[in-house]
Amino acid sequence: MNRFIGFLKKEFYHIFRDKRSMLILFGMPIVQILLFGYVINTDLKDVQMAVLDHSKDEYSAEIINKITSSGYFKLTENLESLEEADAVFRKGNVKVILVIEPDLGKNLIKNTAGNIQILTDASDPNTANLEVNYLQGILQNYNLEINRGKQTPLSIQAKSRMYFNANLESVFMFIPGIMATILMLVSAMMTSISIAREKELGTMEILLVSPLNPLQIILGKVAPYLVLSFINALVIIGMGYFIFGVPVLGSFALLMAESVLFIFLALSIGIFISTVSKNQQVAMMLSMFALMLPTIILSGFIFPIRNMPIPLQVFSNIIPPKWFIIILKNIMLKGVGIEYIWKETLILIAMTFGFIGLSLKKFKTRLE
Amino acid sequence: MDASIHIDNLSKSYGTIQALKNINLDIHSGELFGLIGPDGAGKTTLFRLLATLLLPSEGVAKLCGIDSVAEYKKIRSFLGYMPGKFSLYQDLSVIENLEFFATVFNTRIEDNMDMIHDIWVQIEPFKNRLAGKLSGGMKQKLALCCALIHQPKILLLDEPTTGVDSVSRSEFWQMLKGLKKKGITIVVATPYMDEANLCERVALIQDGEILQVNSPAEIVEQFEKDLYSVKSDDNYQTLLDLREFEHTNSVFLFGQNLHFTDTRKQFAEDELKQYLKNKGRSNIVIEKIQASIEDCFMALSTKPEANE
Amino acid sequence: MNEKEKVIRVKNMYKKFGDFTANNDLSFEVSKGEIFGFLGANGAGKTTAIKILCGLSFPTSGEIKVAGFDVYTERESVKRNIGYMSQKFSLYEDLTVFENIRFYGGIYGLSKAEINSKADELLDKLDLQHARNKMISALPLGWKQKLAFSVAIFHNPEIVFLDEPTGGVDPVTRRQFWDLIYDASRAGITVFVTTHYMDEAEYCDRVSIMVDGKIEALDTPEKLKKQFNVDDMDQVFLSLARHATNIE
Repeated sequence: MNRFIGFLKKEFYHIFRDKRSMLILFGMPIVQILLFGYVINTDLKDVQMAVLDHSKDEYSAEIINKITSSGYFKLTENLESLEEADAVFRKGNVKVILVIEPDLGKNLIKNTAGNIQILTDASDPNTANLEVNYLQGILQNYNLEINRGKQTPLSIQAKSRMYFNANLESVFMFIPGIMATILMLVSAMMTSISIAREKELGTMEILLVSPLNPLQIILGKVAPYLVLSFINALVIIGMGYFIFGVPVLGSFALLMAESVLFIFLALSIGIFISTVSKNQQVAMMLSMFALMLPTIILSGFIFPIRNMPIPLQVFSNIIPPKWFIIILKNIMLKGVGIEYIWKETLILIAMTFGFIGLSLKKFKTRLE
Repeated sequence: MDASIHIDNLSKSYGTIQALKNINLDIHSGELFGLIGPDGAGKTTLFRLLATLLLPSEGVAKLCGIDSVAEYKKIRSFLGYMPGKFSLYQDLSVIENLEFFATVFNTRIEDNMDMIHDIWVQIEPFKNRLAGKLSGGMKQKLALCCALIHQPKILLLDEPTTGVDSVSRSEFWQMLKGLKKKGITIVVATPYMDEANLCERVALIQDGEILQVNSPAEIVEQFEKDLYSVKSDDNYQTLLDLREFEHTNSVFLFGQNLHFTDTRKQFAEDELKQYLKNKGRSNIVIEKIQASIEDCFMALSTKPEANE
Repeated sequence: MNEKEKVIRVKNMYKKFGDFTANNDLSFEVSKGEIFGFLGANGAGKTTAIKILCGLSFPTSGEIKVAGFDVYTERESVKRNIGYMSQKFSLYEDLTVFENIRFYGGIYGLSKAEINSKADELLDKLDLQHARNKMISALPLGWKQKLAFSVAIFHNPEIVFLDEPTGGVDPVTRRQFWDLIYDASRAGITVFVTTHYMDEAEYCDRVSIMVDGKIEALDTPEKLKKQFNVDDMDQVFLSLARHATNIE
């Protein structure tokens, strides 16, 4: 045990003395969240909106007024028919079209429900999503207003339809995405580099010649990053919650448990990479190309998987972050429990065991 | 305490390249043994085989009577190993490095102070400095301390003095002599021929083969030819001239002199002098001298196949 | 020797890093064709001085001319007239022998015909024709070092700087290497060499020994040995370097 603690102490010295790794460890998550958060979350201002008002009653006028007075949207065109929508979007200035059903007021009173359709130009999917969210928010407020003091609630239901990119996913995607990226980066890349560095410097030779066994070396390398990654996960969720209002609707404990599972998986991938790389450079390149790029591009973090060509969709199944992102989304945004994500969890567990097995097999007690 | 090394018919190949060819060697308990040979001779491969880091292609190595393949774990607990490259943590301080290696071997610095004391006092003033910021000589001393912290029975030092200036080199050898008194078997690899004389016995090694194993004195004694030192006003020209001399067996630059051996048993000093005079040399001095290890090494390495 | 052309002139050279003086008032001259041994313990300031002479770093002060060019203002000309070889980096391991030669020839602006004819000459001399298309990584160390030296003087520089060129090389090859050095020196190339082998110091025409950033001795090996009343250069070196304060 003494040996192990000595080893851990040494690892923490390495981490805390290397400014570069400290920067990656703690600077990176913060910078990434702020960057993604603000790139996506840039406040909407004066988005050009067209209206196709089939109703033209006091409710529709009030709704349009509410929306334009919010400051987020600016009414620039009144349309006569839905056929014009495509042309208007193609011109490029108008980003949102509000379609109000005929007799909105009547329907509201008679059926206690009125329908409004929101059409958005989703060629910039993130903004489009944001616009929909804002509009829905405004309509939600309006619902509350008109229901004040009424027994049977009236509600305006907004249905959104995206033009050009129909299967857009939630804007809060970026928190799960960043979480997957950072945990992958910190856990896999940093561990693989730290083991590869020992090889490069020749210190691995001395460690191997000592009575330390491979499991002790691996655990000693992994444990600090497990702790640091866990801290990172907390920081990311905290920042998402407090700065960007990304909710954690489901169980926090479950969320953390899944995070630890993913960290384990990432660490075992890191060890596996280190067993096949001779020096830090190779470890770095492997982590970059084998982990970071797929994590960002193929996991559904930035590009929706459903829109990918079929071969890439199939390929995305072996990208661990894909499953982790699904799990996170479900827990954080949908608030569901383990019964909905046990499949994804099992996949992660299987992958973890796979990589641990592989790296234990590959880790040598000798130099060859 | 038996701390001997027994190497029997040891070979090691990497692909088609045979790095070590049928090495047979016995190193006695408590001996200060030198492995002398140039880069690429196979010294590091032999050390790694002994340190259980490589598996032999053929043959057996036993340290303290324990097989290096089957029972490698046992060997790792009583072996001190210092690889050729400086292999300490540059971002840890001197004392942190030492403490780390102490805990790795489940021991404490204080319990082993008697072993490292003489070396430790030299680096103690810098104990809080990062290892990466030490000078070459100091790094070697720290590495030696770290290799000794668990009181090994056998100490393998792979080129500890390469790239170190000659002051630090001679200090390092002083330390090894001190260690020998404590009964540790020490095997040192070095490319510096002059360091052979500091060992009790040496193996001369080249191209994966052991040329000779003996005490330095006996190796020198076994030098077959009479060796002459030749000197003149222009050594390089003399060297060129001697290469053309019909009875030249070998001629090499040696410091300010040339070392010359004749093909004939009966060497005529005057004849050589006259030959060089005719070539236009002056101030010619010819003396019979005692061969050095380097002379022997060159004679041995050029003898069988003059392929280079 | 005075009548000979001086290809390196160093007068009162200083190099300071903060309050650490790496080169403290160095002054020396090297003649054309001379083999000049530049010795010193690790950390004595050799590498710093060589970098300045090669035009890789500026001195803090002092007058320095290499191959007749000023190291402050004519660095490009300095570089064009020197060759450099070190133990650590010399040839590309993943290029063949001929590719390396062609590469270095190209750097110094030699024409294709020149490169081809000189490469042949060089390979003949080193007896390496058979290895012409072999990867450098497949050559024994000794061959590499000899080839590296030949490549360093491929463009006929005025001066060649050799930084520990024979480290780890076997004794026979080491001497073959010195044959090349002597040969180059006879062809008028000045050789500026550092080494840890003290017997090699004796092969030099003159030797300087640096201690703590200063040149503490500079003369022919013969005279140095007389001056210190010892038998070999090793003892000269030891008696000087032992007094060093800068050994950390």
